[in-house]
Amino acid sequence: MGTIRVGFLHSLIRKEEKLLVTEFKKRPNVELVMLDDREMTFDLTAKPEVDVIVERSINHSRALHALRLFQSLGIPCVNTYDVSLTCGDKILTAVALKDHDVPQPDLRIAFTETSALEAIEELGYPVVLKPAVGSWGRLLSKINDRDAAETILEHKTVLGSYHHSIFFIQKYIAKKGRDIRAFVVGGECIAAIYRSSEHWITNTARGASASNCPITPELADICVAAAEAVGGGVLAVDLFETEEGLLVNEVNYTMEFRNSIDTTGVNIPDKVIDFVLSSART
Amino acid sequence: MSQCPVCDNDLSLGADTLKGELLECDDCGTELEVTSIDPLKIEVAPEAEEDWGQ
Repeated sequence: MGTIRVGFLHSLIRKEEKLLVTEFKKRPNVELVMLDDREMTFDLTAKPEVDVIVERSINHSRALHALRLFQSLGIPCVNTYDVSLTCGDKILTAVALKDHDVPQPDLRIAFTETSALEAIEELGYPVVLKPAVGSWGRLLSKINDRDAAETILEHKTVLGSYHHSIFFIQKYIAKKGRDIRAFVVGGECIAAIYRSSEHWITNTARGASASNCPITPELADICVAAAEAVGGGVLAVDLFETEEGLLVNEVNYTMEFRNSIDTTGVNIPDKVIDFVLSSART
Repeated sequence: MSQCPVCDNDLSLGADTLKGELLECDDCGTELEVTSIDPLKIEVAPEAEEDWGQ
């Protein structure tokens, strides 16, 4: 078997990137080519000599454009541009989930302050207002009444950049202190954690604690379906538990997993690398 | 051995340290970035941007 050259697209090296690099270096017949997105330039034709790209940029916008550029040169990418485009935008994700009959919370999308207020009132309080593009729970607003809705919508319209006036409004789901993050790699749900917090935002980046979540058939089925809906690959699916069953909240394409390896006992980087190598040009 | 650019605390880095790696000063808690390996250079990490992370 010949050597596989893996292009590792990154900017800052977080714990996840370090874990992946460490695992890559254990593999025989793999040459890792570090590609720092802060130093790269593209001319639409020059092609890095790699057989596959694994995307680990911390910036969504850089990742998205770099993936499109690499794919235009015929290089397989994990994840693909289309997957990144869909997962990086909550509206596009919601459409993909709907198209594949994957359950998700009720939601509305509106483009003006007035129509957003109408949509919120129609959906019923409380709701969660989210930027269509964003992560780590930043700039999420739980809106409990009309007074808060009017205030937040006005502030977003007046103070925010234009994309803060694309209103993604989700019915608030009472989480009972936790939600689920599940990891899907190559069509298999490999691990899951509960993210617990007294705060209604349960991102581990915001201080939520992680504990192992058993993978039930229901959880595996909905996670794999959600992953397939957005195009598949290496994905983290965030879910709410409700009386009516699981609902998919978001699907993440450059997943963070530092709190989930010891917690679940699953070597997540190892599984990711297997998938990356299987995606390489041969 | 290198020092924290904020508090001068001595930082010990592993042999497997990577360019671009984030680390936290165990004295002042500042998030730092290894911006060069040879010569070793450590700077305060950039502030989080709006489209960071997942």
